[in-house]
Amino acid sequence: MRITQGTFSFLPDLTDEQIEAQLRYALSHGWAISIEHTDDPHPRNSYWELWGLPVFDTKVEDVDNVMREVRAAREAFPEHYVKVIAYDPSYTRQTTALAFIVNRPSVERPFTLDRIQGPGRVHRHRLVQPAPQANGRVDARGVHVDGKAADGA
Amino acid sequence: MSPTPTPSGLQRKDRWSAGVTPYAEMGYYDADYVPRDTDVLAAFRIVPQPGVDPIEAAAAVAGESSTATWTVVWTDRLTDHRHYQAKAYRVDPVPGTDQFIARIAYDIDLFEEGSIANMSSSIIGNVFGFKALRSLRLEDLRIPPHYVKTFQGPAHGIVMERELLDKFGRPLLGATVKPKLGLSAKNYGRVVYEALRGGLDFTKDDENINSQPFMRWRDRFGYAIEAVEKASAASGEIKGHYMNVTAGTMEEMYERAEYAKELGSIIVMIDLTIGFTAMQSMAKWARRNGVILHLHRAGHSTYTRQKTHGVSFRVISKWCRLIGVDHIHAGTVVGKLEGDPSTTKGFYDTLRENRIPEDPRYGIFFDQDWASMPGVMPVASGGIHAGQMHQLLHYLGEDVVLQFGGGTIGHPMGIAAGATANRVAVEAMIQARNEGRDYFQEGPDILERAAKGCPELDAALQVWKDITFDFESTDTPDVTLVPSVGY
Repeated sequence: MRITQGTFSFLPDLTDEQIEAQLRYALSHGWAISIEHTDDPHPRNSYWELWGLPVFDTKVEDVDNVMREVRAAREAFPEHYVKVIAYDPSYTRQTTALAFIVNRPSVERPFTLDRIQGPGRVHRHRLVQPAPQANGRVDARGVHVDGKAADGA
Repeated sequence: MSPTPTPSGLQRKDRWSAGVTPYAEMGYYDADYVPRDTDVLAAFRIVPQPGVDPIEAAAAVAGESSTATWTVVWTDRLTDHRHYQAKAYRVDPVPGTDQFIARIAYDIDLFEEGSIANMSSSIIGNVFGFKALRSLRLEDLRIPPHYVKTFQGPAHGIVMERELLDKFGRPLLGATVKPKLGLSAKNYGRVVYEALRGGLDFTKDDENINSQPFMRWRDRFGYAIEAVEKASAASGEIKGHYMNVTAGTMEEMYERAEYAKELGSIIVMIDLTIGFTAMQSMAKWARRNGVILHLHRAGHSTYTRQKTHGVSFRVISKWCRLIGVDHIHAGTVVGKLEGDPSTTKGFYDTLRENRIPEDPRYGIFFDQDWASMPGVMPVASGGIHAGQMHQLLHYLGEDVVLQFGGGTIGHPMGIAAGATANRVAVEAMIQARNEGRDYFQEGPDILERAAKGCPELDAALQVWKDITFDFESTDTPDVTLVPSVGY
């Protein structure tokens, strides 16, 4: 399983150099940068946890500061999904302009479909991501405690 | 209409005496008129019959699209007739042709609030059959914010759609299921599943897939939504299939749309052929029910394509933004259907931007202020493929749905592989653009490099690399910025 949310998920994972290039692009447009992480990548999970507040007013020359935060978030949550979001506050846009994943858990848990059968051949579907298996407990940082990855992928 | 009298033909008569008075003399031409901020302004391309004065022709268009009839009626005097008269205020020859551009101002009082049926009946209702004109085309409208604000506008708009889909920073990708006619419901759903799991965001019913003997709508919807949900589970992404609810009556359309909503579909679709009022009803339904509304512009070329006849697509774009669709097909530039680059840019700007300045290079005749009405997502569909990704991004930008029907389903390694090729191509191109590369010039190289790690893209480039549709456009601006591009 490879979750393909974000702008660049069909490309090989971005190197730090490539991430920095995207950050430069965002900063050069005056966009704010936010870093978010989660262990619940359900496509309807709109609110990943914030890694601090979004940074505003950062100059392209100061891209290192943002990059440092990206690395810190990844180190703090190595088994979480971490994404970088560039936010365009300009009038009539005022929404995300770019969002891409910069960290994935070592094993990505697949989603399954619950099918609920109704009358008249109406099937409703519910997307679920099974919890990690019993021997795949994770600690607060999302790291598997016994070092064993959960099944799947 | 009024037979246009030649100066020698009739003696100048009193404005109000019974009989025929030239439209211009009746006040339908006024060179001194200064348009008000609240007026609706129209630009018509007029070709008068030989011997007909272009000013009288313009006045006739103004007259017949507002208060006039062919002869003087005394009942005009029961109204403040000058107020209700449309005024042709400027008539310019188009150099090197027999055409004239007539600008006409309409008082906002002439139109019903929130009704495209009324605005279109007024402005294009009667004038196109005029004998004194050889041809007529409505090129553009300036719709004042006062009138804009009486329309709902897009049910969701570009910003809300992207947030709903959680997809940012790149064009969205789609495909129309092919063959468009004949597949059974189950086979149809297979194409949806493969295309979506391979990496597309949307699949689409074609305009003529409604509810035929080989596949009824309800069966199609059921299989399509299963395919959408399975692909969503396989990717962790939101996916959608435009379920075409076009039908013979409003009641049937509502029934189909309600069922699509019940199944959990995020998007439904209608055809332009259902008519402006039906489109407005569906836009209200879409806003009320939180379902994105896709419009296929079926039939538009019958009146938008020829430069001297009909209604320009930029007017249709404006009407559709007011009507309130979320998606509209607006041309590809590089694909198989009509689309001069500059004219197409004019359509895209009209659909997406908040303020569009007058610019003859893009066929824009008036400043248009949308007063913060959300934008419509343009859809590029028809004969496009992964190998054109740099051109598509250059001409059409980022807020667009690129639809690769044949370019997905016709892939030699299968439908999912075709989808993957398109997705990798778009992501690689966005990455290169953001990194500061000259992606338009270096496009083929960027794609080839991306194809090294992606056999699906490699195969797509091999099959389609030399396919272009290089024909001259018919619908081009009068003023050219650059020669119409061949590529």
